[in-house]
Amino acid sequence: MRRGPWLWAAALAVYAFLYVPLAIVVVYSFNDSRLNAEWVGFTWHWYDVLLHDEDMLAAAGNSLFIALVSSLSATALGTMAGMAMHRYGMRVLAFMVLTPVAMPEILLGVSLLLFFIQVLNLTLGMISIMIAHITFSIGFVAVIVRARLAGIDESIFEAARDLGASPWETFRYITFPLILPGVIAGGLMAFTLSIDDFVITFFTAGVGVATLPLRIYSMIKIAVTPEVNAVSTLLLLTLTMIVLASRFAPDVLRGKT
Amino acid sequence: MPLLEIRNVTRRFGDFVAVDNISLSIESGEFFTLLGPSGCGKTTILRMIAGFDLPDAGQILLDGQDLAGTPPEKRPVRTVFQSYALFPHMTVAQNVAFPLKMARCSADETRQRLGEALEQVHLTDKAPAYPHELSGGQKQRVALARGLVNRPSILLLDEPLGALDAKLREEMQIELINLQRDVGVTFIFVTHAQVEALALSHRIAVMREGRVEQVDEPARLYAFPKSRFVADFIGHINLLDAQVLEATHGHLRLTIAGLGEMIAPPLAGAAPGGKGTFAIRPEQVRIGIHGEVTELKNHFPGEVTHFLYRGDVTVYKVRLANGMMIEALLPNSAPGGAELFKVGDPVRVGWRHDAGVFLHE
Ligand SMILES: Nc1ncnc2c1ncn2[C@@H]1O[C@H](COP(=O)(O)OP(=O)(O)OP(=O)(O)O)[C@@H](O)[C@H]1O
Ligand SMILES: [Mg+2]
Repeated sequence: MRRGPWLWAAALAVYAFLYVPLAIVVVYSFNDSRLNAEWVGFTWHWYDVLLHDEDMLAAAGNSLFIALVSSLSATALGTMAGMAMHRYGMRVLAFMVLTPVAMPEILLGVSLLLFFIQVLNLTLGMISIMIAHITFSIGFVAVIVRARLAGIDESIFEAARDLGASPWETFRYITFPLILPGVIAGGLMAFTLSIDDFVITFFTAGVGVATLPLRIYSMIKIAVTPEVNAVSTLLLLTLTMIVLASRFAPDVLRGKT
Repeated sequence: MPLLEIRNVTRRFGDFVAVDNISLSIESGEFFTLLGPSGCGKTTILRMIAGFDLPDAGQILLDGQDLAGTPPEKRPVRTVFQSYALFPHMTVAQNVAFPLKMARCSADETRQRLGEALEQVHLTDKAPAYPHELSGGQKQRVALARGLVNRPSILLLDEPLGALDAKLREEMQIELINLQRDVGVTFIFVTHAQVEALALSHRIAVMREGRVEQVDEPARLYAFPKSRFVADFIGHINLLDAQVLEATHGHLRLTIAGLGEMIAPPLAGAAPGGKGTFAIRPEQVRIGIHGEVTELKNHFPGEVTHFLYRGDVTVYKVRLANGMMIEALLPNSAPGGAELFKVGDPVRVGWRHDAGVFLHE
């Protein structure tokens, strides 16, 4: 089939809408001007400002810490959920674990907020944000792990038992190494979801604690300074690296093992 | 005492009885085969011996000990799966050494046993390779080495040659026979290919719909099937409906409807009037016009309807006077060359009075 010029044009437009705004954000983070209006000259100034912005650094620290803890927990829980779903073909569990994946974020945010305040009587803060992030990440990890397990010949696990491995040894030497690429991909996904989540974090953060997305939001309420561009650029860089890692980590692992 | 004893074992899946009150005794050092059509319960029996499945009734005893409470990893029984089930993330060496690692063997012993096991299956140079880099036959041999490395009492093999092409299959059959003789481990082999079962086994249990029909040595099974099913399942055979006229110590006199009388080898328990089937192998059936065939005790006229030239032999299908078809196998190497017949030729088919068997209804 001949690809007409219109198809090319449409594709180009889509890419333009996706990447031009990102490019502008990045370019203007190096702009030697208070405003994002016109290009004045190159500078590292805004990155310097960023590095001395205590609030911003604190927010970044919070975000990293929350992302680490919640992605690790979600990876552990999600892996177990994925294995249980695979082993027992549990419809109900699968449904419950996967619901947060499909549920509108705002709904999840509101319901978690109400749950924390009214049922658990929890003071909102780091803990509540982490629980919220774990909640919505588990499903993603579980899905990836289950998909990975579905691709493995079932008799391999029986073979391990047959050759003298206890159920735990079977997990340790056979199951875990085989699903590891999925576990890593799921963990990186949970990390990404956590670090750039805004809506759910907004509802569950309470007053004292700010994460990076919350901090950026509160800054642009005042004015979009190139400092916002700078922090966005760094965030973009980090997330790109994670996405690349999650794309290639499984291959690297497979190649090595 | 037999090494493995299966006592009245039954296994049901819902209403379906996959294994129906089976009893078997397997001796140490035996190459024992479970042979039967697809779905007759062979895999189910192996899985119960290995411990992946439990009988609903009956017992499985190893060296006189009931295995009921023993999990798979504690049974001195290894399985070679049809899919090989090699660990894809481990090298050949790691795969074969896995059971040693689980048994907590010392480094020295592991090295020595691993070396021996790989040598046994001629895979020493493939030690660092990963399973996906191996051919089907090599994977097969890794699975064998891995199963044998820990010197189990019993090795279970579930259609291990099923995925190989015909030539490799034959090579592996010979290797299996040699390997089993060398290591002296009891093999319980599952197949639905009767040729394979005959070639490999010391004894064969022929199964049908969850039951054992007959347990015997290959040659006895072939020559003296005890039922029409076994006769038909093992090799080619002609089956003629027959009735006993006279039964003596020396012979049976049978009548075949529309054909006439014939003499068959004696059978304990046969009595005049008894109905059944006379079974005779194609290679026992002679075919000719005059001469040798007419000197046989049993010979009948017929007409050639097909013939298949197979190189080493020619298979003739002959329609008898009563409309029944009979197959005769003529070796093409017969002294002086075999007589050749064409479709439509009137011929006589015959067999010796001591050939074939009569099977009770
Ligand atoms: N887990 C199970 N649940 C339900 N039915 C089963 C199960 N396992 C086996 N069966 C049934 O039991 C019967 C015997 O199965 P089995 O796998 O032992 O047959 P087989 O002799 O090994 O056949 P094949 O030569 O095709 O491998 C089959 O009809 C099968 O459908
Ligand atoms: Mg089977």
